[in-house]
Formats: sequence, structure tokens, C-alpha cells
Amino acid sequence: MDPRSAELDVIDTLAGLTLFSDLSRPQLEAVAHIFEEEVFPEGQRVIRQGFAGPGFYVILEGEASVRVDGEERATLGRGDFFGEVSILLGAHPIADVVAMRPLRCLMLAGSDLEGFLVGFPRVSYRLVQTMARRLQSATQWRS
Amino acid sequence: MAELAPFPPGDYPLVIVGSGAGALQTSYSLSRLGVDHAVISSDDAPAGMFRRFPFFQRLITWTKPYSPMERGTRAYEWHDWNSLIGEEPAHRAQVPGFMDGVSYFPSRPEMEQGLVAFAEAAGIRVRYGCRWESTERREDGFVLGTTDGEYRCHTLVIAVGMTEAWKPSNIEGIEDVPHYVETREGRTYTDRRVFVIGKRNSGFEIADGLLPWAKQVILGSPRPAKISVVTHSTASARARYLQPYEDAALGGGTFVIDAAIERVERTADGWRVHASGTTRPGAMTFDVDDVIAATGFGTPFQDLEGLGVKTFYQGRLPAQTAFWESATVPGVFFAGSITQGAVGLKKYGIPSSSAAVHGFRYNARVMAEHIATARFGIERKREAVDHEDLVEFLLEEATHAPELWNQQSYLARQVTVEPDGSLLDEGIVPLQQFVDGSGPDGVVIAVETDETHDIHPAMYVRKDGRVDEHLLEGDVQLDFRGADHQAQMTSVLKGWLT
Repeated sequence: MDPRSAELDVIDTLAGLTLFSDLSRPQLEAVAHIFEEEVFPEGQRVIRQGFAGPGFYVILEGEASVRVDGEERATLGRGDFFGEVSILLGAHPIADVVAMRPLRCLMLAGSDLEGFLVGFPRVSYRLVQTMARRLQSATQWRS
Repeated sequence: MAELAPFPPGDYPLVIVGSGAGALQTSYSLSRLGVDHAVISSDDAPAGMFRRFPFFQRLITWTKPYSPMERGTRAYEWHDWNSLIGEEPAHRAQVPGFMDGVSYFPSRPEMEQGLVAFAEAAGIRVRYGCRWESTERREDGFVLGTTDGEYRCHTLVIAVGMTEAWKPSNIEGIEDVPHYVETREGRTYTDRRVFVIGKRNSGFEIADGLLPWAKQVILGSPRPAKISVVTHSTASARARYLQPYEDAALGGGTFVIDAAIERVERTADGWRVHASGTTRPGAMTFDVDDVIAATGFGTPFQDLEGLGVKTFYQGRLPAQTAFWESATVPGVFFAGSITQGAVGLKKYGIPSSSAAVHGFRYNARVMAEHIATARFGIERKREAVDHEDLVEFLLEEATHAPELWNQQSYLARQVTVEPDGSLLDEGIVPLQQFVDGSGPDGVVIAVETDETHDIHPAMYVRKDGRVDEHLLEGDVQLDFRGADHQAQMTSVLKGWLT
């Protein structure tokens, strides 16, 4: 990728994700600088079940598999986020998240998540909305 | 003359491109393992970026001439972040010998002298003045086109550093703004108002260096400044550069602004910077005499992306495996500051120290061992560890191993169980390779700093293919060899060893 267009690419990609859809352009730029970009080759674990200190990730590109004890429970794609549950609860992750093909993410340190969500309340709202949908799906699946 | 220009164009098993700290360490470590290779560089002398930078001529990585550890020992390396690491005493701790006592951060010339001395003492040969210009991938390896001719090899190590001035594309008019590398001598900013774009180390370095000259300095970027004493990472702005931040906090005239820079334009008298606040929203305009883009650096990849080397971080870093090999083009490895692209576990959000010498010098040695084994069939001698010594051995590593302290949650010491039940010391390995890779039962010890700022040993134990994490307690004096730690570790290993 032409590095000159890459900066714009991250901001434009963020603008297209539901989580950040309420943010102004300067706020999107701030998010692009607050988060760090990381890539993971196919097969690499991003979050590890039972390991302390995970981050909060937002997928920009690629797909990831959520696995509990090696068994796949869900797949995640562009715009999906993960890692927030263990950070919010102060617990170790209960699943691995594994790159199914080259995965490009934005990452925020777990200790920075609270400050970020407080500083960007519209992102908090979108995050809660998505978590509510996940809860609804899980509830429907169980019933 | 032949001595001055070794490695003429031709066939070599491995070629290293570069002559900075990463290239020198890689060549040194490969030579000690018996891996034949050539080293080429477009520079005309060793030391890479330290021949010119940091701009204000003082490093941000410490070398303590006097420390609790004896100079020249392995444990002393934790207190000397700038010397390259040698196997023989004459190759160790080169930098402190050149320091004049003004600061425990070496000056740029002291660092350069230390690297040159290392290269000379170790007999590292480099073909200088030989510029890498193109790369071709063939079935049996790579062909490098250079100003001196073609080099063919099956393993390539790129150690050219993140040395290319980089500016973001989303600021209108940024192309006319001088980059950090084009900063003028301090006195030329006398009584001028200067806007510095960027609040990382290079931005704060410029601001700090201009405090005695400029009448006002304004630092601006979208993200609030991150400070090393808060983040526990040398990747954040270092304490020694923070005078401008204190000046801003006290209302002394310096400003540290959280704003997206939208446009920079020339005016009759200087520059006008248009920005939009992020932490505190609102439009802002700054009329200044000078603007400097402290916006970071990229890697001069030449045509590697065309070969299929995947990059990220606005095309500035290559995606890498745990052993610093391209994730997409096998046989291409990276050394030096580029290895920060292999992020490892990044526990608690703390990055590795791979952007700096004190981190990447160890990456280079581990990578050389991996290359020697995986690509040249050279097996390292591994020492046996007695069962009754294992706990003491691992806790001594946690307390004093410089690799574990310089590369926390990133490099680890590994001991493996052989089929007959005996234990072998595998040396220093990438932590990620151990926890995500497969292999026989084993244990590694690492050092980690968590979100509460506690520094403690972390054990990872592999049994029957499953790896579990065991965090030990910290210690106020950072000595993990006492009875409590022995009891904790023994408890973890009890089930594993039986």
C-alpha cells in the first residue's frame, strides 16, 4: 500500500465502522492516533485464553475465530471488536481469538479502555448497543 | 584496498543490508555461529543513524558507567542499553568507555564511537558505499541489485532501520513543511515562534532543544502525549524530554495541544497552522515563524512490497513472525528497529523495546540462532539443567537476565524436557513462539510489568501441548530469588516435573 494513502485509509475505514460512526473527522483522527495498528499472520493468536493483560481490538481487515478450549464458537470480521469483556470485568479472557487469515486491527491497551470510553461517550453507546445485540443473540440461542 | 571493500558482488548464503547497530549485531552473532554471510551498506562507515541523530546529539537510552553490576558482565547489560552484546570480554560494554560523565545518556558521538569500536574489536567486515537498489525473488532465493553489482543469496536480512523521513498524507500543505531531519541549528530559531507537529519523542526532543532559543514552542497532534513514567514504556515520551511539558503545565508559554492538524499554509511572514481540537473541540489557528514535522520515520523498503512483503502502520513496518521473518515472504528477515513490527504478546499494552538498541540487540542474537538452525542446519550446543537446580536457575534469570528485563513479555528463557526426562536449557527464545508454537513439554520464565505497575516474574508451562500462565509475586527490591518465590515456583513445577 502506498504509505501516503495509508493514513487516510485508516481514518476512512474507521468512519465506516459502526463503533465510530458518530465521531467527527478530528475525533476519528484522534482515535487513529490513540489506537495502535497491528497485523497478525494467519493462525496467530491475538488474545489468549487464560492469559493476563489482553488489549481491546477492533478489526480493520480480515477474519478471526473465537475459540474456547480449541472449539470455535464464533467468527469476527471487519468492524467487530473483542477483548472488552475481560478488560471491563478485570478477568482473564475465556477464549482465544485467532487470525483466520492475515488480520489487521487497531489495539488499545486494557488500562486505557476506561479513559477512552469516558472520553468518547458516543463510542461507549455504540459498544453497549453491540454488546446488547450479542447478549440477545446468546439468549435466543439458549432458549 | 581489498580489505576496505570486502564481499564483492556474487553468491553468498546470506546477505545483510545495513551497517547500523542491528546489522552489526546480526553479523556478529551469525559469525559466532559459523554462518557465512556478506554485509553491504550504502553508508561509508558503521553506526547507521547514530552517525547523525538524535538531532540534539544526546540519546534517550541510558548507559550507567557505574552500576550495582560489574561492567562487562551479562547482568550489566541491563544498565548499559547502548553497547552491542559480545561473547568475549573485549567486545562487551563498549559505550561506557567513551562517556565523559556529563550524563548517563550518552552523547551521539559517544554512541557512534562505541559502535565503531565494537565493529573494529570484533572484526566485523562491511562493504561500504554499496547501495541496495532492487530485489528479485527466484526459486532458490533472492537477487539484490546494488551499485556494485548483483548479490545472490537464499537468506536475506534487511537492517536498514526506520530511517526514512515520514509525513502523514492527510494534512494539507505538509509536503512543504521541513521534517525533523531538516531541523536547522538551534540558534537559527532565536526569538522565533515554532509549531512542532507531533508529540512523541522526536517532537519533544525538538521542543526541548529549542527552549533556549525559540520565544515560543507549540506542540500539536491529535492524541494526548503519552509519558514513559506513566506507560512504563520507552516508546512513550521520555522523562528527560519533558521540560516543554512542564513549561506548558505551569503556563510558561509553551503549549501542548491535542488537535488534528488540518492545513499548513505559507504566509507573508511565516506559516499559518489550522487545527481542530480533539480533547477540547474547536477550531484553532496558529501564526508562527517555523513549522517542523516531527511525524516519525518509515522504513526504506525499496521494492520489497512488490515481492509480496506485507506491511502495516501506514506501510512503515513489515508484518513479521516471532523470529522476525517476513510473514509473507519466507527467507526475508529483519533486524534493528524494524523488528518492532513483530509485536509479540504485548501484555498490558506495553510494547517491546525492539525500536531501540537495548531491545533489538537481543532480537538479532535470537534471530541469528534461529537462522543458523532453521536455514543452515547448525545445531547449537544446549546445556543440561539438573532437576534440583531448575528453580534456582529460572529465578536467577528472572532477577538478572538482561534479555528478560530489556524485552519484558517478549523474550524468555526456556528449559525443555527431553524424552528421557532430562532438562535442557534452550536459551533465550521469543515468548510468543513458546506460547503459540508446538513442541515438547517445557517451561519459560519472563519478566512482566502489569497494569498496577508491579514488576514480577511470569512462568509459562507447556505440558501435553497446552501452555498455562503462572504469574509470580513481585518484590520491592526486584530480587526474585528468595524463599517465597522458590516456594511459588516449586508449587507450579511440582506437577509438571512428575
